[in-house]
Amino acid sequence: MNPNLNLWVIPLLPLAGAAINGLLGRRFKNGVVSFVALLFTAVSFGWAVWAVWTAWPESGRVALPYIESHGNWIWTSAFSAPFGFYLDPLSMVMVLVVTGVGFLIHIYSVGYMAHEGGYYRFFSYLNLFMFFMLMLVLANNYLLLFVGWEGVGLASYLLIGFFFLKDSAADAGKKAFIVNRIGDFGFLIGMFLLIQHFGTLNFDSVFGQVSKLGSDGGWGWLTIAAICLMVGATGKSAQIPLYVWLPDAMEGPTPVSALIHAATMVTAGIYMIARSSAIFSRAPHALALVAVIGCLTAFFAATMGMAQTDIKRVLAYSTVSQLGYMFMACGVAAYSAAIFHLMTHAFFKALLFLAAGSVIHAIGGEQDMRRMGGLRKLIPWTFWTMTAATFAIAGAPGLAAFFSKDEILDKAYASPFDGHLLWAVGVVTAGLTSFYMFRLWFMTFFGERRPNADLGDAHAATAAHAAAPAHGHDDSHGHGVHESPWVMVVPLVILAIGSVLSGWVGVPHIFKGHDRIDGFLQPAIQTPADVAASSETQPGAAVPHAAVEEEAESAGVEWSLIGTSVAVAAVGFFFAWLLYYKQRDLPDRITARIHGVYLTVLHKYYVDEGYGALFVKPLLALSTVVFWRGVDQGMIDGMVNGAGETAKEIGGQLRRMQSGNIRSYAAWVAAGGAAVIAYMVWLGVGK
Amino acid sequence: MVPLSWYLILSAILFSLGVVGFLIKRNIITIFMSIELMLNAVNLSFVSFANYWHQNADKLPANVAPLSGQVFVFFVMVVAAAEAAVGLAIIIAVFRTRETLNVDRVNLLKL
Repeated sequence: MNPNLNLWVIPLLPLAGAAINGLLGRRFKNGVVSFVALLFTAVSFGWAVWAVWTAWPESGRVALPYIESHGNWIWTSAFSAPFGFYLDPLSMVMVLVVTGVGFLIHIYSVGYMAHEGGYYRFFSYLNLFMFFMLMLVLANNYLLLFVGWEGVGLASYLLIGFFFLKDSAADAGKKAFIVNRIGDFGFLIGMFLLIQHFGTLNFDSVFGQVSKLGSDGGWGWLTIAAICLMVGATGKSAQIPLYVWLPDAMEGPTPVSALIHAATMVTAGIYMIARSSAIFSRAPHALALVAVIGCLTAFFAATMGMAQTDIKRVLAYSTVSQLGYMFMACGVAAYSAAIFHLMTHAFFKALLFLAAGSVIHAIGGEQDMRRMGGLRKLIPWTFWTMTAATFAIAGAPGLAAFFSKDEILDKAYASPFDGHLLWAVGVVTAGLTSFYMFRLWFMTFFGERRPNADLGDAHAATAAHAAAPAHGHDDSHGHGVHESPWVMVVPLVILAIGSVLSGWVGVPHIFKGHDRIDGFLQPAIQTPADVAASSETQPGAAVPHAAVEEEAESAGVEWSLIGTSVAVAAVGFFFAWLLYYKQRDLPDRITARIHGVYLTVLHKYYVDEGYGALFVKPLLALSTVVFWRGVDQGMIDGMVNGAGETAKEIGGQLRRMQSGNIRSYAAWVAAGGAAVIAYMVWLGVGK
Repeated sequence: MVPLSWYLILSAILFSLGVVGFLIKRNIITIFMSIELMLNAVNLSFVSFANYWHQNADKLPANVAPLSGQVFVFFVMVVAAAEAAVGLAIIIAVFRTRETLNVDRVNLLKL
């Protein structure tokens, strides 16, 4: 018998924290606010750990997937959506990442936000975000997932625009929300298609019904539905073409960037695709599209990250790029690799952001890397944790991304559609990743201190979008560089340990590991191989796992793949070292040489400008001329005012009857009498 | 023997003349006379019907009193006499204050 896990407690606790802080926090002291926020998050984390431990697949204590229903939410004759929770290995990973990393970032925020106004507001929003994110990963149907999906969008909007007095922050919040809405539209259409064909959105019944369908080789509705879901994922997970909101989202406080825009919310799209693996695996065209989008995003975002000078923006593009990797992994049906990378990425990217926040905190709100430098000795804790994260993301052997990224590249290489091309782009991107991360590392921590560096002409060029100091610290930090308080350092250290070790849950077979994460996630996902196997073999017959055969024959290939990516990472490191440590004048000479290319990259390929010219301006013009002046003022106002005018006109005419002239009244009476007589005569004639 | 319809046509003509006179005349005395004309046109039709039923008593419906037409004429005459008394008094009062009998100049209640 299944024990009752009471999963509803996990999301509800942060909601309670958000409510308490949001409603009463104004009167609380800062200590009380952070105590409330941390307490609820910590208990939620503890509950999640307990639930996962209880439901651990190998223990067999709980039959997975564990579904917990709390009655019907929407209930019509044709369609119903329950209010229920769903726990399987996939949501186990997600719920632990969200509550664990979320809790650490809450701790960090206590120190980071200590000098900011709106302290209670910040923690209330942060807890609210946790609530919605947990709803998202624990929901047992697409509709409830969508509630969380929209909710995290709301929390993201609120937190990006946290410094709402600053126009750029308010605009960035709006941009994030609106761009996400475009993706949500696709998600909604996808859900409608599922309802139309399955009549339900519950995960178990949708996947049960879809399992009876064969693979959709063409462009049937299943492929369309998968592509619509993917559009939703591109919005939330910041993929081409909807990635533009994420770099701007860095206007929010740094813990927000770490929690929402690196570790958790942006991975919701990956989670959703992995969750829908049964659908995607039956739609090869959609999968191919996912892979191509992921691959392109990974590459282009990495190139954009190379030219940025704002430390948070580098990390933002890095996040987009890493999400591209995860997308690519989903696209080649390596869902478990995507989730694996999602998990390791949550550790090292959260750490990178928090460490960057610590750097920004240390030097008084400066975000431009050209004004950093030489901070290695001054903020040693930050330096060493950041180093761990940098090496981890660059793919240094043994650290987190080494295993997870290689897993993705390996699967991409082995994938049936143009896998070598995907792999090649992925490897180049790995090199770029290594380059821009070490560039950041060298620029920030090595060389000499240059707090007042003249940013020169290049600064003027980027001033419009890069250089605004987003962190609202007051000048009380200007007195000198200082290491962050322990509440900020402890999360850094814990995350650093995670960044180093989290890769070890997925050590591939080739290193005599067991690839535990792959086996762990196996029950929760369906790959095309499973689909093919289930449709070809008799039910109950042994299903040969395609990957096993593959690995046996390609051990040599795999070794060379691993060697290649390590070598590429080393090359990236070398160039970063050469350009930003050894010969510091070289970057300027190079950028002067390839000025056009450099400017294009610096301006992020003019994508924002392109969207502005292509969509925003025409839409604005259309709205102004047609919808505002034409429809609203012309038709709607015209109808309303016209109704008033008409009544006035008729009244004006009728008013003349009331002349005050007795004889005209008498004439009306006579006319009326005549009319009555005429009517009666007519009646008489009719008889 | 004059048919009933002739009386009724004459009555309708007189009534219409009264209506037209009431509507187009400005002199209040003429209007007053027009009203009397309408009343008497109605009286004419009353007595015509009374006479008709007197001559055709065999066709008389059970619920109609034979002389009700003549009775109503007396009522109308009484009302007309009272109206003439009150109306002429008003006319004299108006003429004393306004020094005109043109109704278009007497369209305000206040002086």
